[in-house]
Formats: sequence, structure tokens, C-alpha cells
Amino acid sequence: MANTNTAPMAMARSFLQVAATEEVASPLRVVQIEGLVILKIIKHCKEFSPALVTGQLLGLDVGSVLELTNCFPFPIREEDEENEAEGANYQLDMMKCLREVNVDNNTVGWYQSTLLGSFQTVELIETFMNYQENIRRCVCIIYDPSRSNQGVLALKALKLSDSFMELYRSNNFTGEKLREKNLSWVDIFEEIPIKVSNSALISAFMTELEADTPVTQCDYDRLQLSSNPFLERNMEFLIECMDDLSMEQQKFQFYYRSLSRQQSQQQAWLQKRRAENAARKAAGEEPLPEEDPANPIFKPVPEPSRLDSFLITNQMANYCNQINGVAGQNFSRLHLMKALHEN
Amino acid sequence: MAASEHTVLQFGTSSSTLTAKIHPLVIFNICDCYVRRPDQAERVIGTLLGSILPDGTVDIRNSYAVPHSESADQVALDIEYHHNMLVSHQKVNPKEVIVGWYSTGLGVTGGSALIHEFYSREVPNPIHLTVDTGFNNGEGTIKAYVSANLSLGDRQLAAQFQEVPLDLRMVEAERVGFDILKTTMVDKLPNDLEGMEASMERLLALIDDVYKYVDNVVEGHVAPDNSIGRFISETVSSLPKLSPPAFDKLVNDSLQDNLLLLYLSSITRTQLSLAEKLNTAAQIL
Repeated sequence: MANTNTAPMAMARSFLQVAATEEVASPLRVVQIEGLVILKIIKHCKEFSPALVTGQLLGLDVGSVLELTNCFPFPIREEDEENEAEGANYQLDMMKCLREVNVDNNTVGWYQSTLLGSFQTVELIETFMNYQENIRRCVCIIYDPSRSNQGVLALKALKLSDSFMELYRSNNFTGEKLREKNLSWVDIFEEIPIKVSNSALISAFMTELEADTPVTQCDYDRLQLSSNPFLERNMEFLIECMDDLSMEQQKFQFYYRSLSRQQSQQQAWLQKRRAENAARKAAGEEPLPEEDPANPIFKPVPEPSRLDSFLITNQMANYCNQINGVAGQNFSRLHLMKALHEN
Repeated sequence: MAASEHTVLQFGTSSSTLTAKIHPLVIFNICDCYVRRPDQAERVIGTLLGSILPDGTVDIRNSYAVPHSESADQVALDIEYHHNMLVSHQKVNPKEVIVGWYSTGLGVTGGSALIHEFYSREVPNPIHLTVDTGFNNGEGTIKAYVSANLSLGDRQLAAQFQEVPLDLRMVEAERVGFDILKTTMVDKLPNDLEGMEASMERLLALIDDVYKYVDNVVEGHVAPDNSIGRFISETVSSLPKLSPPAFDKLVNDSLQDNLLLLYLSSITRTQLSLAEKLNTAAQIL
């Protein structure tokens, strides 16, 4: 009896506790996208490809799941003060309109199209920080129309890692800080697994409408033999990135060289000063201070930010993954073709 | 709105040539709006956006719901909302203009004529799409209509809704994959190789089917069908004729190209992780 009485109490408490802990912030584990949103994103991105477009994601934040239930596209932006205000108006209008037809009117992030996965830029980080200021939990969906032509659904949900955001806020990307936080280039972006959900109604319609042919467009795309242009572009981008990275490294080398030069200068100055002091001591005079802030050799050399090189490294890792993926597909295709031909 | 002026629907006496093509997004949107309709509403209606293709097909590419209220003999449409939304949509994609309107439910109802009249003022000869979200006759019926006026002399008598053929083949949905769109919950998106595997399995199954069919025909179990035979021979002859050494060379060259790329990208990756290790090591020193 006692047990049955305490159980609801305990439950109530645990529910409260759960609510309290969720208040603190439960980590975002899954992004659950409606099929509608996927189709809308694809339509928008594809229609304007190769231009890069963006749009707003609307949805609900439920515990560790972020549900994306709707979205709307942004008009292509031109760099103009006037247009910026217009863009803000457009957003407000759209939100108002969508609320009237009972769409979840809660911004949870944005989507953008990308070309061959070249999305890791400072702009993305800045946009993310902007969103993050207003929304506690937000996400960025990346869609790659060029990859989708090969039968892959190239959707990705990204967020910045918390430790990176903290660091970005203080804008402190020196080697020391990064070591302190134990942050490497892998830790900038976190990819969140995507789930797809559809309402029962849509599921019914789609089952009804599914063509009864066993071959779909997706299969044709996947079995397409020519992926060379894609790989070529990928390689080109990779090479560009390598150039950029080597530039960044030169910057660092320059920094280290000037740092060591400065240190040796400081050392020399210090020795001289000490010798002088010893002489003064022998002569019974007051020693001179061992530091001289006015001297230019004590001015610290500014350390270049590591953010760029981190982003470039990320980008390169991304290209490498893509090349590996496509090359893997190519192997299967080639072997398949060989087998078919032999038959 | 200016853009809509030059999209004249080629319609008049030759209504039989008019067809409509619908994108899956529109159906998704309509279903979503229906699920989210206000409590007291029986149906949702909304505007269809799209364009007229050069061959006269109406390409329905987008849609949005318009709030409305309906009583026994009246329909009130929120026209201001409709216009606001139209302006917003055209900011994004000016090429999409009004092509008609949709309503959920089976077939045309009494109030439809009034709404149709409103849309006829927006665009000449709009399309009326009905989506049966209630599955009234056991299947999700999607139909498109155009209306023709029945008039006697100058007097309008009634509006007649004529059904037009609707193309429901959804290449876009196929691209995304029905596996994802069909079920209510998918835990994971297929990655490159998994998708490839599924496609190859399907191809193998198809080849097996063809084998079985041919064997059965040869052995006399199944009556031969000339058209199927023609398809099979066409398929076989579509393979390019190459001498085995030439083919081997082609395959091997491609394989080597790919291997080289794989090698390059792997080496880059190794280099990157090595550089990272060295970097942290240098910082510790």
C-alpha cells in the first residue's frame, strides 16, 4: 500500500526534476525533419542552383529533439542597406502569414544550399552566432544540390560546438587558449543525426501514389557511370584549399620566426642589462630595473588567429570524405558494369 | 502580378489538350495544411502556384493555404492574406504565378463555384485541384478540373467543371526516395554506399526476373510476348559493343583513376591529422 501511495508522488517529483534539469539545457541529440521541409528545401535550393540560397526553419524544440515542421525561403539577397530592412519585413510578414494557418511559428534555425560541401566559412559561423543569440537551440541544415544529382540525399544538420562558441565569443584563437580548451579543428562543427517524419496522412498518400515500377529515378541517378566532373571539381576545390592552408602556415611560420627573433633580442638585452647591473653593484650604485616596457623589443607580437586554418582544415577533411565516398561508389559501379559485361 | 499577364492559358474549345503536372511538394503542403486546419473547418483551400509550360501543360509547383470561413451558402476568403502571401512568394521566385486553387475533399462542391469565380479574376482559366484527404472512396483521389461557362446568349447559367488529366508521376519524390517519404518515421538517412547497395540489389532482382522470364519462355511455360522480347533485345543491344581487351582497359583505367583519387584523399587526411598532432605537441613544448 505504501508503495502505491508513494509511487505517484515519486513520479511527480521526478517529473519536476526532469523539468528542472531540462531547463538547464539538455543536449540536442536528434533533428527530426518533416518530409515537407525536405521537399521545400530541395525545391528552393535546386531551382536556384548553382546560386546559393538560404531560408528559415520553423519548428518546435522538444527536449533533446528539435522538430522541423516547416520552412520558408528567403529571397536572394543583394548587398544593400534598404534590402536588409525589406528582408526583415519579408520575414515578419511570412511568419505572420504562416501563423494564421497554424504553422509552428518558432524559428529554430536556417537552411542553406552549398556547392560541393564548401560551407565551412566564417560567415556561417557568424550567422550561427547571430541565431544563437536569440534562440537557445538552433540548427543549420545544409543541402548540396550537386551531390543530389547522384542519387544521394545530401542533407546535413550542423551546429557549432559549445566550447567553440565560447571561444568565438571571446574571439581568442591563440594556440594557448585552444590548448587550454583542448579544441581542435574537428570540434568546431557538430553534426546531428537526422530523422525524417511524416504525418500519417502524407504516408497514406505517398503509398497510394508510389509508382509500381520497380525502378525509380533515384536508382537511375545512382547507377549513372559518369561522376568525373564531380570528382574533378572536388579535386579543384581541394587543391585551392591546400593553397590556402599553406598560406596560413606561412603566416604562422612568420609569426614563430619573429617571436623567436624577439626572444633572442630580449635575452641579449637582459644579459647586457645584467652585466651592467653587476658593474653598478661593484661600483656600489643602485641596480637598474630588469624590465623596460618602453623598449620596442618587449612589445608582444600579435599571434595570428587560428580560426581560418581550422576552417580550411575542416573543409579539406570534408572534400576528402566526399572524394572517398564517390570513389567508393565508383568502384561498385565499375565492378557492376564489368560483371554485367561479362555476362 | 505583372508576370501573370503573359501566362495565358491556352484554353477554349480544345480543353482536351490541357493537362496538369503536380509536384509532390504541393501534396505534402496540402496534407500538412489539412492536418493543421482550424478546429471548426471542414476543409482547407489555398492557392496553387506554378507556370504554364510551352506545351500547354500546367506545372503546379507550389501552394499555400488561405484561411476561409464557410457557411451553408456563403464562402468568405481572406483575400488580403492571399495577396500578402502571393507577394511574399513572388519575392522569392517571380516566375511562379497563380495557376489555380486547391481544396480538400472529394470532387467539386457547391461553394467551389464562388471561389473559382474569384480565382478566375486573378488568372484566366484557373485550375481547381481537389485532394481527398478523407479517403472517402477508399483511396486518396487527386483530381484537377477546369471550369467552362454555360451560357445562353449573354446570360450566364452555370459553371461546369471539367476534369483534366493530371500527371502524378513524381520524379522529385523518387529522387529523394519513397522509402523516406512513405513511412511516418525514418531513423537515419541512407548514406552513399547504403543507397548504392539498395539500388544494386534492385537491379540484380530485375536481372533475375528477366532471366526467369526468358527461361520460362524458352522452356515453353509462359506464352512469349513480342513487345517484352523487343524491350529485352533493346536493353541488351544498348550495351556498347567493345572488344574484351578494350573494355578491360577502360574499366582498369577508371579503377586506377579512382584508386589514385582515393589514395590522394587518404594521404591528405593522414597529413591533416598528423599536422594536428604535431601542432598540439609543439604547443605543449
